[in-house]
Amino acid sequence: MTSIIATMAPAEPVTFARQARMRGYVTMGGPPLIVFALFVAVWYLISYGLLSERRRFLLPPPHDVVSVGFLDWHNFAEILAGLGSTAAISLAGFAIAGTIGFTLAVVMSQSVAMERSFYPYAVALQTLPVLAMTPLVGLWFGFDTFSRILICSILALFPIITNTLFGLKSVEPSQRDLFDLMKAGRWTRLWRLEIPAALPNILTGLRISGGLSVIGAIVADFFFRQGDPGIGRLLDIYRASLETERLYAAIICSSLLGLALFLTNTLISRHVLRNWHASAHSKSS
Amino acid sequence: MTEGATTVAVRPTEGAARSLLAFRGVEMVFPNGVHAVDTVDMDIAPGEFVSLVGPSGCGKSTLLRIASGLARPTAGEVVLNTGHIAYVFQDPTLLPWRTVRQNVELCNQLKKLPKAERAEKARQAIEMVGLAGFENRHPNQLSGGMRMRASLARALTLEPEVFLFDEPFGAIDEITRERLNSELLRIFRTRAFAGVFVTHSIAEAVFLSTRVAVMSARPGRIIGEFDVPFPYPREPELRSTPEFAALTGEIGRCLRSGAQ
Repeated sequence: MTSIIATMAPAEPVTFARQARMRGYVTMGGPPLIVFALFVAVWYLISYGLLSERRRFLLPPPHDVVSVGFLDWHNFAEILAGLGSTAAISLAGFAIAGTIGFTLAVVMSQSVAMERSFYPYAVALQTLPVLAMTPLVGLWFGFDTFSRILICSILALFPIITNTLFGLKSVEPSQRDLFDLMKAGRWTRLWRLEIPAALPNILTGLRISGGLSVIGAIVADFFFRQGDPGIGRLLDIYRASLETERLYAAIICSSLLGLALFLTNTLISRHVLRNWHASAHSKSS
Repeated sequence: MTEGATTVAVRPTEGAARSLLAFRGVEMVFPNGVHAVDTVDMDIAPGEFVSLVGPSGCGKSTLLRIASGLARPTAGEVVLNTGHIAYVFQDPTLLPWRTVRQNVELCNQLKKLPKAERAEKARQAIEMVGLAGFENRHPNQLSGGMRMRASLARALTLEPEVFLFDEPFGAIDEITRERLNSELLRIFRTRAFAGVFVTHSIAEAVFLSTRVAVMSARPGRIIGEFDVPFPYPREPELRSTPEFAALTGEIGRCLRSGAQ
């Protein structure tokens, strides 16, 4: 009798747990899947219902986009190569923006004079239309990889500066008092208190900048046509040759690139903050 | 407990004449013109536990900040006859990214003590406040009372001779608070520091202290001092004795007279 109970007992909760987990997946994944299905349905409706055959190239039906853009290996390989080039540029720009932005924020946090001197220009950098700058950057630095990376990092710089600076400056006063009592020096304070306390903000800044660096790299692709063609360059080529199936495939791929970077940053952020910050425990970000 | 009321307060250490901490005509006017503290004179001798009670904003916490060197008085001076001073803040002030152990080690880490030494001091302090077994938790995994214990442990690692408490149990529920009061007294008896304790609660002040100083509303002055005659160790039942009620009543009257 006891042995039966002993073997039976654990079986029940496990099935319940599995059912609960399945239900969890369905409730989590259900709504976005429904929206996706609706999206595809509307897409078909426009392709076949609204557009005449002559104008169908404006919005080719999804299965054409998939078969031409993704399943034709020659086409897909070209898109992948462009994506790789753009990804490399945006990662480089992101890394440069991260390093410079973090350093500038730390310098500004350490002295009011520094903050007053530099912050207005950081804001001005944000309001500067990057598109207006690109021809000039091209003239100065050439139409190659360097200029692409430069545009990309200019675009990604601001959120890192502001978020990091905000984080460094919003350390709780009592925690500052504690370090005052221990007569902690500037570096100790920065390293042991301010930077860790600013970590959630720094990570938010990096997440926003990650998305911007992808946009920056694609924009730069349009202008700087030397070197490996990036995805932005391909978009322009497909537009010019009215190869809209490939155009749509390229658009989808470039948004997936942004998404991938965002998700990576979110995962890193959750991992770093897992033990202490509320944002790491919330269900969505 | 009844005979306790007539016994003179026990002073755990010798040399009560030498004061560890003294306020001499301390006055504080903030740059915005707020007159927070008005000529406070007070001596705290070794083995004493002095509570400061007073209405909100009467400068109790300001006095502690002045004593610790976090603030400079606009007049008068503070004489501190020891280098070993610790401060427990109103909120636990733990660093959320550090574990309990790392938080407790923080002060000695900032003082650049060798690793092994600060680990040993942290271990002892954690044990003393009853947090053994929770060393690897992060603050957000602790209750309010446990966070305060961690904060207390961090201060204890400095082996203070003067221990300043800025209303540490103000945000903690009554039951936990009474237990923490008893444990604080146990620590006070083992470590033999001189304590200055800011609180809103007269009962807490009387239960803990050898002396209670009452402050007036702003600008804060000391308008009454009461020796607490109950001997240590004090049991929680002390709170329900008539002598305890009589003393808290007297202090309450003094407080109201100065609160305006």
